[in-house]
Amino acid sequence: MIDKRVKNAEEAVQDITSGSTLLMGGFGLSGIPENCIAALEKTDIKDLTVVSNNAGVDDFGIGLLLQKKKVKKMISSYVGENAEFERQLLSGELEVDLIPQGTLAERVRAAGAGIPAFFTPAGVGTEVAEGKETREIEGKTYLLESWLRGDFSCVKAWKGDYAGNLIFKGTARNFNPMMAAAGKICIAEVEELVPVGELDPNQIHTPGIYVQRIFQGVNYEKRIEQRTITQTS
Amino acid sequence: MLSKNQIAQRIAKEVKNRQYINLGIGIPTLVANYIPEGLDVVLQSENGLLGIGPFPTEDKVDPDLINAGKQTITLTRDSVLFSSAESFAMIRGGHVDLTILGAMEVSENGDIANWKIPGKMVKGMGGAMDLVASAENIIVAMQHCSRSGSSKLLKECTLPITGISCVKKIVTDLAFLELHPEGGFILKERAPGVSVEEIKSKTEGKLIIEGNIPEMEF
Repeated sequence: MIDKRVKNAEEAVQDITSGSTLLMGGFGLSGIPENCIAALEKTDIKDLTVVSNNAGVDDFGIGLLLQKKKVKKMISSYVGENAEFERQLLSGELEVDLIPQGTLAERVRAAGAGIPAFFTPAGVGTEVAEGKETREIEGKTYLLESWLRGDFSCVKAWKGDYAGNLIFKGTARNFNPMMAAAGKICIAEVEELVPVGELDPNQIHTPGIYVQRIFQGVNYEKRIEQRTITQTS
Repeated sequence: MLSKNQIAQRIAKEVKNRQYINLGIGIPTLVANYIPEGLDVVLQSENGLLGIGPFPTEDKVDPDLINAGKQTITLTRDSVLFSSAESFAMIRGGHVDLTILGAMEVSENGDIANWKIPGKMVKGMGGAMDLVASAENIIVAMQHCSRSGSSKLLKECTLPITGISCVKKIVTDLAFLELHPEGGFILKERAPGVSVEEIKSKTEGKLIIEGNIPEMEF
């Protein structure tokens, strides 16, 4: 067994330096690496390029890193309701690459899988296509998109073992498996860290080969953005 | 004029049995409430879920179960969970039968704009560009005019577009329209109490009116 355990988030992120490209799992506030974000917030690193589908909300998730001005550039698909993100974007303080969600997922997946570029129909004829190579294949036009790699990736799983094998829960899986594979060093935080042999090999979503560090997360808030309820009659 | 719920209700009549359907944020999400009894359909959420159930009761709220609009949801008996890469493989691969989404503008050749107002508002495109680039069957839910009264059904979109020549059908607060393959909005139905003249005056793009235009039935 290759033991990937580190003590906590602070130890896991200690060699992330200013100017790094950081891949972050999560969709909205679901499945985000809360502990890693909290640890990064406390450091004095800055000028990060952060790749994440969303940028959290004003006071939670990646929003915390934006507030502390640690992010030079965001690569995302959706700003959503994050007022601070939208403000920094419109004022030009923050560099932002907005890219289609499926293209983002596939660019990161391609990086982990060693595919430097691929053709996709998403964005043909739009601003997204500006400056990109297009090709007609069997009568339809496609854009050439390149892989998206990170110096580090931070992911959050439900369960993981000492060897870095991960299982996700519900829709908290989202971007986490691709981010894990595309970071040179992948840091995984989990709700429940177990010895090897306890996870069913048939049920593992992300094999530990993609994960370099793993730790037991603490104090998960798991904040909900849109609490929608069915009233019981 | 139709309310948002009535727009959703009219769109739901276009749903067919055994379809896999992606519903966008806003009015499209409401369509789920009006899918006729007896139809077996599966709703896709692009963050990584097939089989979106109803909103949970208070005691069943799970932060690890949300839809693409970040609303808390439940699973169905036939739900399946996967990554966002797998989700867009389904979308790009043409496995989703029907896509319903909102729009700020649609042009008479079926271009759609729904992600950005330069200098004012940037929400991002999310999954919309992937969806419209690959889906064969796209229905748009939108208001016919802006708050200031200008038409959103245009000759050409004025806002940055999300996709080209992709919209097939539109339900607005005033009308149900189909896109002509060679360009133009074919008026199929009027909202109750709305005249053809009113729709004509509020549609900037080419409007095709053939024969008697019936009122929508609910």
